[in-house]
Amino acid sequence: MRKNLNVIAAYSIMMVLILMVGIFQSWNIALSIFNLCLISAVMTMGANIQWGYAGLINFGIMGYTALGGLAAVLISVDPVQEAWRAGGFDILMSLWLIVVMVLVIRFILKRFEKSKIRTYSIAAIIISGILLIRFSAEPGIEAIEAVDPAKTGFLGGFGLPIIFSWIVGALFAGGLAFIVGKVALGLRADYLAIATLLISEIVIAIIKHEDWLTRGVKNVIGLKRPAPYEVNLQTTDWFIKLVEKFNAGKLSVIENLADRQAALNQLVIEGSSVFVKLCYSGLFLVVVIILLILTQKALYSPWGRMMRAIRDNEEAANAMGKNVVKQHLLIFILGSAIVGIAGAMLVTQDGLFTPGSYRPMRYTFLIWVMVIVGGSGNNFGAILGGFVVWFLWIEAAPISLFLINFFTAGIPETNALKAHLIESVPYFRFLLMGLGLLFIMRYRPKGILPEKIEIK
Amino acid sequence: MDFVNAIILLLNYIFVPALTYGSQLALGAIFVTLIYGILRFANFATGDMMSFGTMATILFTWYFQSLGVSLGVLPTALLAIPFGIIFMIFYMLLIDKFVFKYYRNQKSPPVQFAMVSIGVMFVTQAVVRIIIGPGDRRFFDGEKFIIKAREFKEMTGLNEGLALKSTQVITIFVTIVLVSLLFWFLNRTKTGKSMKAYSDNEDLALLSGIDPKKIVLVTWVIAGILATIGGALYGLDKSFKPFTYFNNMLPIFAAAIVGGIGNPFGAFLGGYVIAFSEILLTYAYKKFFMYVLPESMEPNSLVQLLSTDYKFAVSFSILVIVLIYRPSGIFKGKVL
Repeated sequence: MRKNLNVIAAYSIMMVLILMVGIFQSWNIALSIFNLCLISAVMTMGANIQWGYAGLINFGIMGYTALGGLAAVLISVDPVQEAWRAGGFDILMSLWLIVVMVLVIRFILKRFEKSKIRTYSIAAIIISGILLIRFSAEPGIEAIEAVDPAKTGFLGGFGLPIIFSWIVGALFAGGLAFIVGKVALGLRADYLAIATLLISEIVIAIIKHEDWLTRGVKNVIGLKRPAPYEVNLQTTDWFIKLVEKFNAGKLSVIENLADRQAALNQLVIEGSSVFVKLCYSGLFLVVVIILLILTQKALYSPWGRMMRAIRDNEEAANAMGKNVVKQHLLIFILGSAIVGIAGAMLVTQDGLFTPGSYRPMRYTFLIWVMVIVGGSGNNFGAILGGFVVWFLWIEAAPISLFLINFFTAGIPETNALKAHLIESVPYFRFLLMGLGLLFIMRYRPKGILPEKIEIK
Repeated sequence: MDFVNAIILLLNYIFVPALTYGSQLALGAIFVTLIYGILRFANFATGDMMSFGTMATILFTWYFQSLGVSLGVLPTALLAIPFGIIFMIFYMLLIDKFVFKYYRNQKSPPVQFAMVSIGVMFVTQAVVRIIIGPGDRRFFDGEKFIIKAREFKEMTGLNEGLALKSTQVITIFVTIVLVSLLFWFLNRTKTGKSMKAYSDNEDLALLSGIDPKKIVLVTWVIAGILATIGGALYGLDKSFKPFTYFNNMLPIFAAAIVGGIGNPFGAFLGGYVIAFSEILLTYAYKKFFMYVLPESMEPNSLVQLLSTDYKFAVSFSILVIVLIYRPSGIFKGKVL
């Protein structure tokens, strides 16, 4: 109990902060912060596995998040039959071509010794393959994108419940991580950071511009939900009764029957959105707890000890017969897969997929701030980092507005400087994040909850 | 005649824009590579530092414009750049003193430096947005074109026009002057040589009596000059928007690494490699082939290798390929 005191204290403070938002602002805001905190926590756990356990730096979080989101679309949207008829064959042909290309390259790699001719012939195959695919798929893609472009214009998905996408998102992200890991993991740390960052930008570019697959910047809206809809809840008897029961005291004060009915309606509308958010919180909490148990088990298993040994001294671990390259690849895939889950969760919660919104500031660097602030190598720290940083990210604007008003209380409203400052309140969150990161790195380089290894 | 038309077409749509864009990237890439070679870290705040310098330049431009000072046909910003540079250098030295110096003294690993530079990136981004806002700013004034497409057509009687914007000429001219000065400084002066020595082997350089404080100071001064001029030229040519500058960091990194990180000349060429490949691969060659080929062989499609949406992706793919096959860059930089 004693040694976990700081963990418990940190989490209690965090919960009190969120409860305070609920009491002073609204429960709706508090719950949406809480839900995104949970999603951020999942992402942070993914990054923490790579950075904290193995010392691998992955600046491609954005790409894996977007792939998770793509999985949510591809799983839950109903297939667009017309589009499949129009261009499905061409797309399948291109897919087939890609498979053939990969097989041929594999064959060449296996069969021939490393030489200049081999490298050039592989390059030639790739370039001619891309050209071939581009020209053969062109008519199909155009046909698909022409199918009712205002509503569909893409192939659609499989029409399955969206929850499945959380697993598929992990698979997608893991698959990408396999390719990236094979290619880039040999690089030194800061080059790996740049390479992963750029690869994730390529992924985003593809998702943004391949309209036949993702609708691109036209966005996919109205994804199916795993939780009930507010509109349905508001007309359901048991829910209205529940709200009535919760607010019995408040309602009984109102004498007039019509007024009471109006107040109840208002409460039902508010309650329904809180209820939906609570459903999501429940689902997300389950994911976070399962992941936490798994990652904790892994951390204290022989495998976890091996990973730490590799992180702390690669050569020594190699000399002891541990396959460093293979383990790095494995952990890179695992971490990215967790980020993929988070990406699918995010799209599930929003109910829409907007490729244009994936920006490195929000989905890569902010997550890294979470990892560093929370404490790398410590799963509880990672989750806490997700909570603290997301909370500050959202609440930075109100806090800085309050501070500006406090310090400039004597200055009249019409003052140009004051007006300018109040106008630029949204950007103080960047300042807060940057300063927070710099201070933590300087004065508490291991994060709020540092890594603690007990050998049992 | 058709052949001349085709050449002019390529000059107008590929060569001149790529040369301009490449110059802007090259300045940024030399900035990245100097910081990497001498201070030994990948500076993720590159794009935002450039936007800070540009912001200072814009503020001075506005100030001069309000005073009624102008350079006639040339943009007023040229007058404001030196003041912007002073501000930029001051800001960089401030950051170095309060942030990077500590880690340099600790001899922290490069990864930690990179993380710290992300903190600096956030702060700089906030500062720029709070001061000037996130919106699009144009601060170009003076004569816009040196040759207009229409005038060129009338002059030569060709079908294709060659438009030459004054910002393009200024960019290329300033880049050539600046880069030659820089290489003269690095290769011919004592300070420049000691910087190179410090970059090659820190311990040996220290043993031979090189003052590390001076090296760091000079590096930031050069970095400030490069960042401000590179940023301001980009802003003059296109427009100033903090978010674009952040995004530009990525092709700049690509240019620096493709050229061999730590090697200023490689970075300079890397900028052009990236710019030309981006534009060559995403240009639609239909019109070009219409001029060159006989009528019967004219293409129906756009003859575009990749759609322009993938402009950035091209440079990143080049970078990834270079990283895999030749991690020290095309022009041999530091070995990984």
